[in-house]
Amino acid sequence: MKVLVAVKRVIDYNVKARVKADQTGVDLSNVKMAMNPFCEIAVEEAVRLKERGVATEVVVVSIGPKAAQEQIRTALALGADKGVHVETDVEVEALAVAKLLKAVVEKEQPGLIILGKQSIDTDNNQTGQMLAALCGYGQATFASEVTVSGDKVEVTREVDGGLRTVALKLPAIVTTDLRLNEPRYASLPNIMKAKKKPLETVSPADLGVDVTPRLKTLKVVEPAKRSAGIKVASVEELVSKLKNEAKVI
Amino acid sequence: MHPFNDTHEQIRLTVRRFVEKHVLPYIREWEEAGEFPREIYQLAGDAGILGIGYDEKWGGIGAGDVLMKVAASEELMRSTSGGLVASLGSLDIALPPVAKWASPALKKTVVPAVLRGEKIAALAITEPSGGSDVASLKTRARKEGDHYVVNGSKTFITSGTRADYYTVAVRTGNEGHGGISLLMIERGTPGFTVGRKLQKMGWWCSDTAELFFQDCKVPASHLIGVENAGFIAIMSNFQMERLSLAIMAYMTAQLAYEEALRYVKEREAFGRKIAGFQVIRHKLVDMATRINIARQYTLTVAEKMQTKQNCVTEVSMAKNFVTETADFVTYEAVQIFGGMGYMRESVVERLFRDARILSIGGGTTEIMKEIIARQLGL
Repeated sequence: MKVLVAVKRVIDYNVKARVKADQTGVDLSNVKMAMNPFCEIAVEEAVRLKERGVATEVVVVSIGPKAAQEQIRTALALGADKGVHVETDVEVEALAVAKLLKAVVEKEQPGLIILGKQSIDTDNNQTGQMLAALCGYGQATFASEVTVSGDKVEVTREVDGGLRTVALKLPAIVTTDLRLNEPRYASLPNIMKAKKKPLETVSPADLGVDVTPRLKTLKVVEPAKRSAGIKVASVEELVSKLKNEAKVI
Repeated sequence: MHPFNDTHEQIRLTVRRFVEKHVLPYIREWEEAGEFPREIYQLAGDAGILGIGYDEKWGGIGAGDVLMKVAASEELMRSTSGGLVASLGSLDIALPPVAKWASPALKKTVVPAVLRGEKIAALAITEPSGGSDVASLKTRARKEGDHYVVNGSKTFITSGTRADYYTVAVRTGNEGHGGISLLMIERGTPGFTVGRKLQKMGWWCSDTAELFFQDCKVPASHLIGVENAGFIAIMSNFQMERLSLAIMAYMTAQLAYEEALRYVKEREAFGRKIAGFQVIRHKLVDMATRINIARQYTLTVAEKMQTKQNCVTEVSMAKNFVTETADFVTYEAVQIFGGMGYMRESVVERLFRDARILSIGGGTTEIMKEIIARQLGL
């Protein structure tokens, strides 16, 4: 079985994001970029499926600027076999990403598609769900455990009330949550070997997808600063403030 | 501006993860215990970190890529423990002569096992009677048939208490630098004993030992390179060690600076954050300025070493300038932390102690100056 994993190049989670002075977006110049942490978990799960003999090939796809090849190389170093880079400098929205991925799915015919549940830059949490709808495949989001058996995949999902296990017919879409696994780091020899693995580059036009944004960003601003709290001297003062100033009781 | 390529950045990422996963959660404990688990060598070997700079046929990676080494060393230093980096890195001073000049059979036995982290290698040059004056070393190796008989002692040997292979400088010929050779001596060789673990000002989790040789019989095939040509080998080996010490020094400074930067934004005195006081701000500016210059200069030297140019002068200058920077920055960091900086629970306390060895080991500041003076034609 072939497993397709989508990975996204995002601002590194250690970096404190800053808004550009003209409020058009987040300042990405000279900022450290990395693979989205949820995507790392997706890669790890696919590689483990391969190590267990369940998957035969792991294909990793990324959509983004030329530099996104760094994240594909990282995935190859972690154990993926082949990379597909959909190169575009457009800031691609979730629906366009889903359409591009659908085109890749049609071409690669994977038995299982694993994605991160969301990317830490825009936090949309939409791509996996949209891809499932476009492909007509079953979906299991927020996975904390994935077991493939025969033509089925059993996925334990983290939901508000606890854990919910669903069974899906393959091919299917799985999106990863934090506790699915602990991603490995690439060994140095594997980093070197990854340079020799195949990496194919295509454009959105090649895949017949229009990636023109449909949304217009009006303004990006820093979150409002939380002002410092105050200390009250007594319970009476607290109650009085809640009643008269905050007007919550 | 930095000279690192994408591969170096990927390797940096791996080493960072290695440190975050296997080292940082435990390092305080290991420092206090005066030892880190031997397993760390194997984990580092598995990740390929120990192989950097060595030929692929021995299980190495990036032979001749000095900058790969720099990137990895910077990240290892993020462990906040110079001692860990020194012990884990003792192969980098012990192994190069073996990989370059030992017999094929000896290379095959020693190099791959050390790069895998299964065996530990140490370099033994300094003696109780002298360190800087390498040409006067006294440990004697007398040739008897197909053996050398070694008598003498060594001290301040990093990884000394648990190494398996020791690259030992011995006197095989006349007095002076023309009578020195390098021998590979294995742990367990009759007549070779490892003394006590030495207690040090810093580098606590690194093991440092004295070694004793009494009529220790070492096979003649364990000679590394040509007899009596050891001095040149030792001196050329020092270049990379001095670069490594410079990297350790600016990273020690960098970590102290980062700690201080964080602290001044949290700590309040006289009703405001101490970052608001000009005296503190200027201290941090001076620290950052010196660190930047120190790192940039060291990277320039590393790039020059990468092209195999002679940079004895530059690497000596780098070591002196950067270790002085580390002394300055760690001192100021402790000062900024105040009483808290004197407490063992503060990382700056460790960095301050660990910085002190850097202007002594691998050639003292004064020896560096003598080397530079000679190169300047004085």
